[in-house]
Amino acid sequence: MTSLLRSQTVRVAAAGTFVLSVLGLAVCSMRKVQAATQKARSGEILTYASPVEMLYSPDGTRLFVLCQGSDEVRVLNSGFQMIRRIPVGHIPRGLAFSADARRLYVANTWDDTLSVIDTRLLKVAHTWTVAAEPSGVAADRAGKYVFVANRISNDVAVLDATSGAELKRLAAGRGASYITASPDRARLYVTHVYPNPPRESTVEGNRAAPQAEITVVDAAQATVVDRIRLADVAHGFHIAFSRDGKLGVVAQLHPKNLVPLAHLEHSGAFADTLTLFGADVGRTVEVPLDELERYAVRPFGVAISPDKAHLYVTSEGAEFVTAIDVPRLVQYARRHPGSTARDLGASANYVVTRIAVGRDPRGVAFTPDGSRLLVANRLDDTISVIDTHTNRVVRTVVLEGPKVITVLRHGEQTFYTARYSFQGQIGCANCHIDSTFDGLTWDLEPDGFGRDIVDNRLLEDIRGTEPFKWNGGNPNLPTECGPRTEKYFWRSENYDDLTLTDLVVYVRHLPLRPNRWRQADGSLMPAQDRGKQLFNRSTDKFGIAIAEGNRCSYCHSGPKGTSQRSFDVGTGKRTDNSGLLDTPQLINVGLTAPYLHDGSAKTLEEIWTVFNPEDKHGRTNDLTKDELNDLIEYLRTR
Amino acid sequence: MKKLCAIATLVAAASLMYAAPAAKHAAVAAKANTVSAARGVVAVPYFRFENFTTANGLPDNHVFSVLVDGDRVWAGTEDGLAVYEGGRWKTYTTLDGLAHRAVLSLALDKRTGDVWAGTMAGLSRISGGRIDTYTQLNSGLSNDVVYGVSVEGENVWVATAAGACRLDLRTAQWSLYNERNTPMNEIWVYGVNATPTKVYFAVWGSGLLEYDQKTGRWDKYDDPDGETEMVLFKDQGLIHEIVTSVSYVDNIVWAATYFGDSRYDGRYWHNFLTKDSGLPSNFTNFVKALDANRAWFGTDKGLAYFDGVNWAVYRPSLKDGAPEMTVRDAQGKVTSVPVTTAPAHNYVLGLDVQGDDIWVATAKGLSHGIREHP
Repeated sequence: MTSLLRSQTVRVAAAGTFVLSVLGLAVCSMRKVQAATQKARSGEILTYASPVEMLYSPDGTRLFVLCQGSDEVRVLNSGFQMIRRIPVGHIPRGLAFSADARRLYVANTWDDTLSVIDTRLLKVAHTWTVAAEPSGVAADRAGKYVFVANRISNDVAVLDATSGAELKRLAAGRGASYITASPDRARLYVTHVYPNPPRESTVEGNRAAPQAEITVVDAAQATVVDRIRLADVAHGFHIAFSRDGKLGVVAQLHPKNLVPLAHLEHSGAFADTLTLFGADVGRTVEVPLDELERYAVRPFGVAISPDKAHLYVTSEGAEFVTAIDVPRLVQYARRHPGSTARDLGASANYVVTRIAVGRDPRGVAFTPDGSRLLVANRLDDTISVIDTHTNRVVRTVVLEGPKVITVLRHGEQTFYTARYSFQGQIGCANCHIDSTFDGLTWDLEPDGFGRDIVDNRLLEDIRGTEPFKWNGGNPNLPTECGPRTEKYFWRSENYDDLTLTDLVVYVRHLPLRPNRWRQADGSLMPAQDRGKQLFNRSTDKFGIAIAEGNRCSYCHSGPKGTSQRSFDVGTGKRTDNSGLLDTPQLINVGLTAPYLHDGSAKTLEEIWTVFNPEDKHGRTNDLTKDELNDLIEYLRTR
Repeated sequence: MKKLCAIATLVAAASLMYAAPAAKHAAVAAKANTVSAARGVVAVPYFRFENFTTANGLPDNHVFSVLVDGDRVWAGTEDGLAVYEGGRWKTYTTLDGLAHRAVLSLALDKRTGDVWAGTMAGLSRISGGRIDTYTQLNSGLSNDVVYGVSVEGENVWVATAAGACRLDLRTAQWSLYNERNTPMNEIWVYGVNATPTKVYFAVWGSGLLEYDQKTGRWDKYDDPDGETEMVLFKDQGLIHEIVTSVSYVDNIVWAATYFGDSRYDGRYWHNFLTKDSGLPSNFTNFVKALDANRAWFGTDKGLAYFDGVNWAVYRPSLKDGAPEMTVRDAQGKVTSVPVTTAPAHNYVLGLDVQGDDIWVATAKGLSHGIREHP
């Protein structure tokens, strides 16, 4: 078996895995695996296809499968045999045809590029540099513009369809990721995966209900013409339209983060829902996918059959597809305006069946005649083929790739599935969207109801940042991911040693996304450099020595910006049990608003302009506004 | 009808002049003046004003700023941001996320259609109905009192009570400009006009500041005599240090001050005072240039238009409030043009152009000047 070490990052990850093995943990687990479950057999780093999206060519002869793990588009024929592998950029997430289908655009998230594939030659004709973490792409009808949703810069870039030159950017929702064109391509609908910032901070922290939107773009004018408000929704994914354009549906995640996360047994964590919009329903209507003891965890892909009879939704964590009767759904929506997201009896009115598919099902595509629905199962490299008349899987297409399940792969499967939680309600990825964070604050049970409201933190590159939790209560990942998660989140004890170990290995090896504020050569811009000097200073502007514990660089020391110790920085709230807080790492800190332990600071600026009146969170009140801006510019490079 | 009669009389007089080759010098001069006046009247635009107040949908009568956005018109008032579309007013307030109820300045990002509103407590972006607000606490904005805003390319330039700043929309980076890094003696920045080549700042008490987009260099234009009450060196530099507004078009910069106005073509200055121009008052809140020769001025005593030769003033009469329009020609002759409408108030704070029409922000309402051709 050949080990496929694809990059320095992965090699480091691999090395880390083996170090862990030497320490005994992984080795122990491996033995258990082989002896017991046969789940994880290899500690190698293998390249899986990890299909996430699919598109049929207009004539139905070719299926383009976007493989996120292998950084390629695979072209299959109508018999699902692979006829070409087209390498694209790193970690692609979205793809779309031009109006004439002569081009296929692929958004590559980690190298900030757009691959332009010639669909006749089946090769990349151009690679255009775009903005930060391009995730979704769509083209207009006239062939004038290409639109790219940028997850990190929270906008939609408008590109010249001929040259790829960026013409402008349109403000979208936070974490803009998925673009869907209306059937006539006149308008584009953009969703986003992190909640929009709340308008106001509160004394109790960032406890406003999450808000999201569908950003509506006029494709001809390339301007935002509307924003469809999604109340109480934090994370939006794919949108589908009926062919007549009268019904739009967005798959979304509705967190219940304003109540203590202690009632999983009463479906107390999330509602997995759809929002319907368009002429068929009038004003937006939110409907649940969940039912009692069956939860459609993390709805992602959605498609409406050409005859508008059925609607299909994939659920990443639940690992099934929900089939919905559209006329009954519309009828229900008309009778129940607003939201019935929390009504576990509602879905019985319109859900036809649940169809089990593979692990982490993502994008969907109908065959041109609508008789089959294809589902891309990201974490087992398969495509489920569903007969839309019987709503049964009639075939599972296995994509070429490793057959062995590595430790990392199994850990990732564990991270994304909901099968370990009580009644399969949630998984790790519910709060760590795409293995990142969720932009929300939560009230977790172990600290007491209404106590210790906590902001969710980024998972990337967390080796060397322990202990975990804001109170530093969990010394290591096995504790964090194991007993704590099982008791307080899952309300179950489902992990065996192997599974927990694999999960820990996966989380430990989540790589660091490229920092978009840092220069390619590692140098700092003048403002960033000035900010670095402020970060490292030991005297204030009056020449007075700053106490060691009150310097930025003391608590936020080391390569990851944490001393791994707890301090009182004066940000405690009356709801906190302790004034001592773990020092958070600064990795990609520019992305992870809100800030402070309870998310009370909406922006980096507010950490000091609002929540540091006594200079306990570093000596900053001697700084001018210019200098504070410089400090923040530097922090964003961390 | 009265205006039509007056115009007809003037045009008839002009025709007579051309028909009388043997007239005496005085008569010729008189007729020449009449012709000049007639030409002046014909040259300047004539408007029928429709005024909006709280009585017909405006949220407040104090209108600080106005912005034309295609068929829509935005009005920054003391009690919210109002938008007029399809014959109706809609008002955005702090409940919608607006930074503050008093909206002092407005700018349109023509590429995206987003509107930027400078308020008494921060800067707001209105985009597709969503309002995002930037303050000195939650962002790098230098100060919450935003007197002016201007969008050019990917940059939003902001004039505040504590210096100027620039928001780079691509990087989200704020750059601050003040006494520490520019030749700005005072940091009370009242206005900004950004163009691809130059960015000009109207600084209250510190003259006119120029930023060159290519070189990144700053330049400063001051009142050469340094006198606050007198003009000793007219046409030798900026008319006064208290600059309230600036407009840069066709490589010409126009500056409004509380003590007269200036035009600068890169070599020569020309200053405008009430005593030697048609400006109704030296106290000027606002200037908007149309091109190298034409500009609108908002003063405390009415709205003025200069076409490079003639001046026109539109206002309620200072004596009795009756609608009034006067035209001052190149010879200084002032002709009264009979009108039946006038802007809502003499205290003019802003103006924008919608085709041939104008929209005027005043202290007691917003006025729509509908261009007519009598």
